[in-house]
Amino acid sequence: MKVIVQQESFDPGQVIQEFQDALPRGKHGGVVSFVGTMRDFNDGEDVVSMTLEHYPGMTEKHIEQVCAEAAERWGIVDSLVVHRYGEMFPNDAIVLVAVWSAHRANAFDACRFIINYLKARAPFWKCETTTAGEKRWVEHNSKDPKAEVSDSEEVKRSA
Amino acid sequence: MNISVRYFASLRDRMGRADEALELDGDSATVSEIWAKVTDGQPIPDSTLISVNMEYTDADAVLKDGDELAFFPPVTGG
Repeated sequence: MKVIVQQESFDPGQVIQEFQDALPRGKHGGVVSFVGTMRDFNDGEDVVSMTLEHYPGMTEKHIEQVCAEAAERWGIVDSLVVHRYGEMFPNDAIVLVAVWSAHRANAFDACRFIINYLKARAPFWKCETTTAGEKRWVEHNSKDPKAEVSDSEEVKRSA
Repeated sequence: MNISVRYFASLRDRMGRADEALELDGDSATVSEIWAKVTDGQPIPDSTLISVNMEYTDADAVLKDGDELAFFPPVTGG
């Protein structure tokens, strides 16, 4: 399990490959990854940039807890999370969650679990700059209508 | 006792400061009591999240000497 919270931009494909190269050979049958990227719109307005603030120490601690919980529940081979803070621009990768597992079902479930709980628990806050130059805090993450069913099932399963 | 208090994001902007060190009489205090002290008696805004020593907790939690308390709005990472 590795959790990295960094200011620098990153290439998700390269990070996944480098991490995988260091894993024991032949133990995983697949990797499932989720990459969250920055949109150029939110709440009906164009967004030109975004600054992410975090609570150093608490952020890493809670992502590590979520990854450890996923490892225990699904018996995955390994997991990697990279999350940026600071200023970013549309298309930039904000977060990467990658899970290696012997079989795909556990990797899919664990990856979804980690991103969902990261979004719910890791102390990050987005501040957007609109095309009008206005800076505004995002007070809640926008809902993903198709994720809601699976997320609520996930919460039920974990209860 | 001494505790440190931190504020993040929109709540920090509203408070006008990112952190402060408090010296309190006695050897324990609840989160609510500390919030009332730093805001001159205001109620904790709805949806505010609270952590003590980087673990989520609630307004009834009791703090002791050396604790780090933080207040922040709902998280929006990912």
